[in-house]
Amino acid sequence: MRGMSASAMRALGAAALAALPLLLPEFAVTMLDYVGLATLVALGLVVLTGVAGIVSFGQQAFVGLAAYTTAMLTTTLAASPWLGLVAGLALTLVAALLLGAVTLRLSGHYLSIATIAWGIAIYFLFGTLPGLGAYSGLDNLPPVRVGGFAFDDARKSFYLIWGAALLALLAARNLLDSRSGRAIRALRFRAGMAESCGVDTAALRLQVFVFAALLGGVSGWLHAHFLRFVSPYAFGVNAGIDYLFMAVIGGATQVWGAVVGAGVVTLLRDWLRDWLPRLIGQSGNFEIIVFGALMIVLLQRTRDGLVPALMRWWPKAWVLPRAATTGRGSPASPASQSTVPTLPRRAPATPRTPVLQASGLHKRFGGLVAVADMSLELAAGEILGLIGPNGAGKSTLFNLVSGVHAADQGEVRLCGTRVEHLRARAVARQGLARTFQHVHLVSSMSVLENVALGAHLRGQKGPLAAMLRRDRAEEAVLLAEARRQLERVGLADHLHEAAGNLALGQQRLLEIARALCADPLLLLLDEPAAGLRWGEKQALAELLRELRGQGLAILLVEHDMEFVMGLVDRLVVMEFGRKIAEGPPAEVQQHPAVLEAYLGGEV
Amino acid sequence: MNADIALWLTQDGITSGAIYALLALALLLVFAVTRVIFVPQGEFLAYAALSLGWLQQGKVPGTVWLVLAAALLVALLEAREALRRKEARRLPRIALLYVGAPLALVAATTWAAPRSLGFAAQAALVVAIVVPLGPLVYRIVYRPIAHASVLVLFIISMAVHYALVGIGLLLFGAEGLRTNAIADTKFDWGVLSVSAQSLWVIGASVACMLGLWLFFERSLAGKALRAAAINRVGSLLVGIPIEFSGRLAFALAAGIGAVSGVLISPITTIYYDTGLMFGLKGFVGAILGGMGSYPLAALGALLLGLLESFSSFWASSYKETIVFTVIIPVLLWRSLVSRHPVAEDEEE
Repeated sequence: MRGMSASAMRALGAAALAALPLLLPEFAVTMLDYVGLATLVALGLVVLTGVAGIVSFGQQAFVGLAAYTTAMLTTTLAASPWLGLVAGLALTLVAALLLGAVTLRLSGHYLSIATIAWGIAIYFLFGTLPGLGAYSGLDNLPPVRVGGFAFDDARKSFYLIWGAALLALLAARNLLDSRSGRAIRALRFRAGMAESCGVDTAALRLQVFVFAALLGGVSGWLHAHFLRFVSPYAFGVNAGIDYLFMAVIGGATQVWGAVVGAGVVTLLRDWLRDWLPRLIGQSGNFEIIVFGALMIVLLQRTRDGLVPALMRWWPKAWVLPRAATTGRGSPASPASQSTVPTLPRRAPATPRTPVLQASGLHKRFGGLVAVADMSLELAAGEILGLIGPNGAGKSTLFNLVSGVHAADQGEVRLCGTRVEHLRARAVARQGLARTFQHVHLVSSMSVLENVALGAHLRGQKGPLAAMLRRDRAEEAVLLAEARRQLERVGLADHLHEAAGNLALGQQRLLEIARALCADPLLLLLDEPAAGLRWGEKQALAELLRELRGQGLAILLVEHDMEFVMGLVDRLVVMEFGRKIAEGPPAEVQQHPAVLEAYLGGEV
Repeated sequence: MNADIALWLTQDGITSGAIYALLALALLLVFAVTRVIFVPQGEFLAYAALSLGWLQQGKVPGTVWLVLAAALLVALLEAREALRRKEARRLPRIALLYVGAPLALVAATTWAAPRSLGFAAQAALVVAIVVPLGPLVYRIVYRPIAHASVLVLFIISMAVHYALVGIGLLLFGAEGLRTNAIADTKFDWGVLSVSAQSLWVIGASVACMLGLWLFFERSLAGKALRAAAINRVGSLLVGIPIEFSGRLAFALAAGIGAVSGVLISPITTIYYDTGLMFGLKGFVGAILGGMGSYPLAALGALLLGLLESFSSFWASSYKETIVFTVIIPVLLWRSLVSRHPVAEDEEE
């Protein structure tokens, strides 16, 4: 029954929703309209805060901006509400771009304080700017009309508001399940890794910020024409806090959490406003005590909000397959037999020509010289091992080469092009892919999606295409590529598992698959064999030999000498940031300086 | 504008700037020690001002009942923890600290309220009532999640702000209060006429800051707090418990809030929800000062007070908009000079 249930349940749900205004009393429909309005804003925050990790208390400013714009245009200038929508969203867009450009570069809490500040500033602006009706606001707004039909009461507005909310929910779900979505989901905890995969995280943060602001703008426009009046009080600081609470209460990582959060807060507030004053014997907004206490308990107990908590009690059979987190474009048969077209590949480097040339690299952290006068060269079709005691500067060298840190001195060439001045994502574009000493993956995302992130630069479709589902063909290709690389590293059985559930060794293999997804010319592997079992190490060595055979240049940091000695063509040994030996493994093993570094003095 | 007005505005600006400076110091202290962006700092100010007003009217301020209720909750939490760890011998101490002491406070307040003691005694009582709220809030709200990320702690602070404002409404009602001035006299120095109240505010603020400085420089507890602020793990290793530094920081913050509430209450009418604006202005001041150094934070807050005072003269109705908009260019400047343009990865 599952086969029909997904689409049938959706149709049933839509029909039930459409019937609600006809069945419920007027006041209940009005409440649902408010829930829908809040859902739009909370949804923006789910993506912005829950997924991308950017905490904003200032969304009400965008809601208010769009509401006031349309109110001004439709009352003073008697323009059509549709013009008000366009103008309101345009103004919201400009404001979001400006505020985002200024504040998104700041570390998390500065940004959040800034959102409070502009929320307050704009609230007072609404109350004082001439022509906005001061604190009594603007009224007699026209209803929204389509043809001759006016959405002029709560029941009719229901369709308009919930139509917009459903479209937004679908768009957000589609967005998160896409190339851009994978990058957005990496923003919160793994921005550095995403940069190394070629993601422009700064631009992406701005896009997410604008997306959330525009959803607020749509809500503001609907709000203005539903109530037919605007006043500053709807856009005060508390409104901004409420929206954030909605996102957190619903469970800030899931788009449907926005509906739950908006519903719980809106309905609970209405109910408390009725009951608390009777209980206490005086009137006032006492519901904020309950909301405050609820949020404190909720955040102390779980950061996931109510939706995941409710899901635990929900009968398993009712839960639809978790499409959003597993990538639905994936073919059912193994990638090798699939009919999905493969991605075009980079022109390989000419065999035996240098891929990486680093010379005279220096890096100092405060008083500590991490890397001093390091030079190395690596050719296409070669595996170079980089060894040395802990703290010798191997990982720092990796970071200098891959653009994570800027070197103080020296130059790095990738296939002849100077890259030492480039940031990580530009270096990635030049054909470098890497893994990390401490595994960097998005633990809540599936294995397949994590690996597909590696192919980010091989796709073009942006957020807009994703929301409209115009990216499916490309998605299928990207996911098929991810799947192919996962099969190569031996993780074909774990495609849809959450990456965080893998064993450490498997997580390292995942990182290798992710790096391979980028179709690199140069592969930097930081301790890939750590945590692998003997058989897995053999398989990994085999894979690396195969890659070498295909002309890839591989730079490898590894402590497992047995693994290294049998695999690499040449070794470079580092100690205290300097190169102390270089040559074929057998030679280096006998090198006196190496023996001293590893065994400590005279042997 | 003539010189008289300019001088008057300067005096006004310095007076409110001194209050913002106190709040900025408290916010910076709490943030440095616990990583909590303590939005509800202003609520302590409002509680103190309103409590003083009620005492002056001969009524028992509801804040004592709040202290009692919060302390009883903490007593339960602590007793549960002690029993779970099989440390029943701690129970008498818990009873004394979280049941006995708050009851004594209630008794003292109910005794003192109708007797209209002098200003100094009432102010001292208000500070004694408000200070315990700091550690109590820390114990109930923040300690259980002391290791959460800055952003989660920030959201929690918003929730605490909601709860405290709502409770403020419950305890004091929606009406605002202005207390009797400490001193009514005005000093006329040439063109400048300085109210004694302003001098009180400025003098007490400076005294407070000096006291804090001495505390941090000279006392062991102060040094421990500084250590905890600079390196949490390191200070843990040398035996400064996070719990101790957290409580102390919140007690100091509540104390500073209480003092600023007592000072501001004769100058402005304080409502149950006035605190947020004061707290946020303290924040804006701290950010103007770079959010890293106490003297700069105080200076930033002072500048903010002046800006507010002068903009209330030129563009009275845009005063708040201006005050909260100055933060944007400052943030822009900070983002340009900041060495880490890409935000560091939050811990998962």
